[in-house]
Amino acid sequence: MKRVQFEHSSIPYLFVAPQIAIIVIFFLWPAAQAIYQSFLLEDAFGLSSQFVWFRNYSDTILSTSWLQSAGFTAIFSLLVTFLSLSLALLLAVKANEVIRGASTYKTTLMWAYAIAPPVAGLMGNLMFNPLIGDLYKFFNAIGWDFNHKLDAFDASFVVILISVWKQVSVNFIFFLSGLQGIPKAVNEASMMDCRSPTRRFWTITFPLLAPTTFFLMVINITYAFFETFGIIDTTTQGAPGGATTTLVFKVYQDGFRGADLGGSSAQSVVLMILVLILTVVQFRYIERKVHY
Amino acid sequence: MKNWNWRLISTHAILIVGVLFMSLPVWVAFATSTHAPETILRDGLQFLPGSHFFTTYNEVLFVEGGVMKSVLGTTMLKNSLILGLGFAIGKVIISMLAAYAIVYFRFRLATPLFCVIFLTLLLPLEVRIIPSYEVLAKLGMLDTHVGLIVPLIASATGTFFFRQFFRSVPDELLEAARLDGATAWGFFIDILVPLSKTMIAAILIIMFVVGWNQYLWPLIMTTKEENYTLVIGIKQIYQILAEGGELPQYQKAFALTILATLPPVLVVLIFQNWFVKGLVESEK
Repeated sequence: MKRVQFEHSSIPYLFVAPQIAIIVIFFLWPAAQAIYQSFLLEDAFGLSSQFVWFRNYSDTILSTSWLQSAGFTAIFSLLVTFLSLSLALLLAVKANEVIRGASTYKTTLMWAYAIAPPVAGLMGNLMFNPLIGDLYKFFNAIGWDFNHKLDAFDASFVVILISVWKQVSVNFIFFLSGLQGIPKAVNEASMMDCRSPTRRFWTITFPLLAPTTFFLMVINITYAFFETFGIIDTTTQGAPGGATTTLVFKVYQDGFRGADLGGSSAQSVVLMILVLILTVVQFRYIERKVHY
Repeated sequence: MKNWNWRLISTHAILIVGVLFMSLPVWVAFATSTHAPETILRDGLQFLPGSHFFTTYNEVLFVEGGVMKSVLGTTMLKNSLILGLGFAIGKVIISMLAAYAIVYFRFRLATPLFCVIFLTLLLPLEVRIIPSYEVLAKLGMLDTHVGLIVPLIASATGTFFFRQFFRSVPDELLEAARLDGATAWGFFIDILVPLSKTMIAAILIIMFVVGWNQYLWPLIMTTKEENYTLVIGIKQIYQILAEGGELPQYQKAFALTILATLPPVLVVLIFQNWFVKGLVESEK
């Protein structure tokens, strides 16, 4: 905090008032509503409701469809995070090495950041369209009996590919700025000590990038949890048979399409808890980052 | 020396493959959008631009589409701009004010209020989407710009960004300003805001892109076609274009994805340096 501050009794409240008002109305109220509804069971017409304690939780979370969705979300998040981070790291290291064309590479690798996930999803959907999609034709031509409408593995492949594609640019920007933040002297010193560029990367550069990597892992997992909704909704819509349903997509599906408010709220609360855990992890690593 | 050359070539090769991987899908989408529907159906995706650029984009922008045939491309473009700009500007103003209070004032509720603001970082809108919808319905704000934009501003990323920045501003500035008799508001508007110009620009750019790209919330909030943004409109319209009718209008679907992509991409490209700075700084 500042050493020097204003001493006023009422003025600071005026300054925070807009933000607090928005938070109370559009954040605290709905969050409380979600928690409250997660304990209620409504009848089919939404006319009466009954307090059922943790029944919504046990009903939804122990259901096979939720467990399937949780399993998919876990695998999906890990794969998307790992693949997009590795790709971005490779590209950032290479882009940091070149002198000629460095800014062109940088621009052309990062601009996809601006594309919305659902737009990326739609583009991918068209690329995989059985009638006109070249990727669809290509995979079938090389002997892969590819059909993402029917096959769970193929559908997951499509969703993961598009999600990774969409996320590479953000990771690239962070890795590149992390690499550029490494002092020249460190690089020069390491060049004298170690001639193999590969070893130099793993023993010097990569450990120095560790804070960036940890931080990006959290960002990417959050992305895979939440922002990929747009990709899934525009491509597989969770099909076939719920094989590509992430937890967020399921909240939406059950709450809006299925009108199961209690169950959907219980899922929301579980998600909130998952995100809280994630954030705690994130802050532990940010703490680490400060000490570097 | 020979070794080094091979290394350089492989470096460029990897980068070029990366650039193609990132750019080719968008290029193909654009090229395909400029062909006649018959060509696309017969020959598949196109890698070179065709002759139907004006026909396609004219139809997409100025001929009404959608389930009810009541939405123009230009209308969606306008709605997207309102969402992107409204979100970015609203967020900057509100978060600057709140950050100012938190950093520059000593007041009793500072810590609890800060904790409440902090809490919003933990829970994205996605996890409380259905109760948020109900709250908005109760307030009669469905299908309004305010209802669309304001709940999205509830998350406090901007506040944290400005808090970080204000804390790095030297204390001497406030001391000097106070000696000159500056008021709380005067110090904010005359000294702090001009000082934060670059930061404001960076945040505006990022938030414009974030706002423009919103999907789930507008999807739930808007029921009338004339309120569609491009990002949600394309999905609805895509289904009609690709699945309804005798001849799938793939070129229009592609044209809409290009339209939805172009403005945020341009903003990022034009303001690249600010954008990178803002992104890297704000996520810390």
